[in-house]
Amino acid sequence: MTESAKKKSTLIILLIGIFLGIIFWGGFNTAMEMTNTEAFCISCHEMEENVYEEYTDTIHYMNRTGVRATCPDCHVPREWVHKVVRKIQATNELYHKIVGTIDTPEKFEARRFELAKHVWKTMKRTDSRECRNCHDYEYMDFDKQEFRSAERHEEAFEQFEEHGAARDAGLTCIDCHKGIAHRLPEEYDPEKDIPGESIYYDD
Amino acid sequence: MKTKLTTLTLSLIFGITGSSALFALESLRGDEPLTAESSRPDKFRQEVVEGGFDRSYEKQPPLIPHKIEKYHISLRQNGCLKCHSRKTAERENAKPTPESHFITRDGKRLNRLSTRRYFCNQCHVPQMNATPLVQNVFEGD
Repeated sequence: MTESAKKKSTLIILLIGIFLGIIFWGGFNTAMEMTNTEAFCISCHEMEENVYEEYTDTIHYMNRTGVRATCPDCHVPREWVHKVVRKIQATNELYHKIVGTIDTPEKFEARRFELAKHVWKTMKRTDSRECRNCHDYEYMDFDKQEFRSAERHEEAFEQFEEHGAARDAGLTCIDCHKGIAHRLPEEYDPEKDIPGESIYYDD
Repeated sequence: MKTKLTTLTLSLIFGITGSSALFALESLRGDEPLTAESSRPDKFRQEVVEGGFDRSYEKQPPLIPHKIEKYHISLRQNGCLKCHSRKTAERENAKPTPESHFITRDGKRLNRLSTRRYFCNQCHVPQMNATPLVQNVFEGD
């Protein structure tokens, strides 16, 4: 093989590689995004009959302006790395789908508290990252909020100085806003969930 | 013959009063024909009052001065207790559930809300900025 022919074949292999890379990568991403739609989520009756059904009563489903938050908007991180991590975790959900852990409303109800606690813990850990994709404290108009809400929001996000260091109350959206898109579990007790003193994030 | 006459008279009387009653009747739709579009009812806003409403009479259950559409009361949960339970009320700057609400009809004190007090909005209601349809002449103590 001559030197130029060698160069040529390397170039061709490289180009084919790039081409296939784009196809496979695009395919992978498209497939992953397909699992990131509401239609995909409620293709399982476990989701459609329980959590989706009750969510249709809430403001995140229907409201004055028609802006919606679908399942993945709140339950799947938007950033790529976090998203892939969540998707890998979701394989556990596939296992439970197959064994039918929550395949009746009764079974779902029996596990609701446990499942809800998973979500609460995650939201607390990530500082309610998925809420903040749409809601931003910086742009809240306190004049347009009810006085009760304005008061709480200011209190929760206030920055103060303690021992010379900048601090805040250490609160995040989920501390107060539990059960806004789905029903609260029967075991939930608001007296054990006072913002800042909640027992629901412990293990 | 006599029965025939009575029937005729009766049917005449009922016919006249019946038809006149028909003209006097006004349905909730008003005099509008059945095929017409009904007029839109007025929209009202719920009153939100900082500090709450004053009572109109001594034993009036306090009125709700804030929106309640997002708080649900069901067998599982009572959304009002998020702020109005005894432990959370002070922090949330809300009125706590009074002692009387923990007592059953047999006079027994419970650790939780008595079932006869569980459905808050049976007695406590929000207010709209609408004018009353019927004048209220009730006078309390």
